[in-house]
Amino acid sequence: MKIAIASGKGGTGKTTFATLFAHAIRPSTYVDADVEEPNGHIFLKPEIEEEKDFSELVPKIIDEKCTFCGICADECPYKALVILKPTKKWLFFPELCHSCGICAYVCPVKGALVEVPKKKGVIRKGKAGNIKFMEGILNLGEPTPVPLISSLLREIDEKDQNVIIDAPPGTSCPVVETLGFADFVLLVSEPTPFGIYDLSLAVELTRDLKKPFAIIENKYNPDNHLLEDYAKKENIDILYRLPFEEEIAKSYSKGELPFERFEESLRQLYEEIKRRVK
Amino acid sequence: MRAKEIVLISGKGGTGKTTVTSSFVWWMHNNNYNFVIADADVDAADMHLLLKPQIKRKEYFTGKSIAKINTESCISCDLCKQYCRFDAIDIIDGNYVVNPFRCDGCGLCKLVCPVDSAIDMIPQTVGEWYISDTNSGKMVHAKLYPGAENSGNLVTMVKHQAHLIADEANIPYIIVDGPPGIGCPVTSSLSGASYAVVVSEPTFSAIHDMERAVDTAFHFRVPVGLVLNKASLNDKNAQAIKEYAEKKGIPFLGSIPFSKCIVDALVNGKFALEGCPELTENFEKIFKKILEEVK
Repeated sequence: MKIAIASGKGGTGKTTFATLFAHAIRPSTYVDADVEEPNGHIFLKPEIEEEKDFSELVPKIIDEKCTFCGICADECPYKALVILKPTKKWLFFPELCHSCGICAYVCPVKGALVEVPKKKGVIRKGKAGNIKFMEGILNLGEPTPVPLISSLLREIDEKDQNVIIDAPPGTSCPVVETLGFADFVLLVSEPTPFGIYDLSLAVELTRDLKKPFAIIENKYNPDNHLLEDYAKKENIDILYRLPFEEEIAKSYSKGELPFERFEESLRQLYEEIKRRVK
Repeated sequence: MRAKEIVLISGKGGTGKTTVTSSFVWWMHNNNYNFVIADADVDAADMHLLLKPQIKRKEYFTGKSIAKINTESCISCDLCKQYCRFDAIDIIDGNYVVNPFRCDGCGLCKLVCPVDSAIDMIPQTVGEWYISDTNSGKMVHAKLYPGAENSGNLVTMVKHQAHLIADEANIPYIIVDGPPGIGCPVTSSLSGASYAVVVSEPTFSAIHDMERAVDTAFHFRVPVGLVLNKASLNDKNAQAIKEYAEKKGIPFLGSIPFSKCIVDALVNGKFALEGCPELTENFEKIFKKILEEVK
């Protein structure tokens, strides 16, 4: 089973919860799909055993063959190519290129525009005890994390059990891509107006994608019923709560988490989710 | 003169970007500064929860076009599927269909399709943007529909509208609440900005992300300053952040302690600074420094 840990708002505790959970249900696989800012490694401290480049094709113009007709630049939907006809020069803006391949397709001169791989990030794999660890790291300035996320999640093996996918924040394409791979979604939220508003966006998206889901309440304070009221109104279960404690925040700041403390209850949570997915 | 655009980013979400931005806005207003507010976190815009804008103008935002295959004309030649780099074409019940979440809208499928009318590129309405009045001045904000892409372009639109308002009324500042991460929406927020304030916290995760955010700002040649939120959480990491700023040659603008008061203020719909007057000195020092930096 694959469980995605998501949230509309950043900083609600996705990675805290995802790493605690992966630890509790080990042997497990933890996949960090927040490729813009992957942080799971800080808490799981894996030994990296394998690292490979993630590349996509980008155009390269061969000056001797190019006639500077400009068709590639005209057809590029992302305006990543500029052809200066009078001076017979070309410019390529890699941060705008989406590697769609149109330029190569439309070029009328054989061999004038070739596609070459450009490194856009890395995929790393390793182990933290009996947790299998995987993460993607996007290079700075790259326009979209989606292809890297997609490539990373395809590396999840059919044999990998108890897979926890740490999703990116927000509710746009990278999150859609990530949730697409999940059998169940846990939305981590906190009882503040920001947290609940952003959660409501994530709920809308998860419902659109027709994924079964539930809420995890982080920074729980028994005197504050904001999130509980929202969940009741929307008829969504809050399946687990992590308390609001300065001690947890402090250990988090050092890259540590109280793994043992929540282990037993998180295993029970996993059994509950299994029942729901069946 | 073009308004100075001050963008607050963080890399990591939840470090207190919106908390600092909204208090900045509240403070500037109380000190008679003129500015336009832009919420560029269009995925999860939260400023409106505090600023309670009254919407004066609402527009729909058309993003990229997405391919649509007309089943009647499609001859199932498979070319579109073979060429698509985004793996966006599925075969469902024997029919070729486009997965709208994966389609990047490049249009290569339409180019390779041998049938004239089998593939159309349909523009998508992916969100809304608004111009509103708040107690602190005009605000431009937006809502990206869940699951939509192109948030970078929507961010550009929000900032563009903010500049139009500023130009017309000769307003000297635009305060931008930026998105988390380092991807397209962030680069759009940084593009053309006068100054980036990176809000961090003394946790390993936030430090890691802060460094990526600072490098992204450098990449776009935007000058950067650092704010340390929740400073009292970890003295060692707090010190490390100050040393990092020094090493990088970027100004350390000031710090705010870890405070339950701020959480309570937000829960009660108040600006952090409004709800925690004991933090006035901390906030004020930061805000004054930012304004000095952008002079």
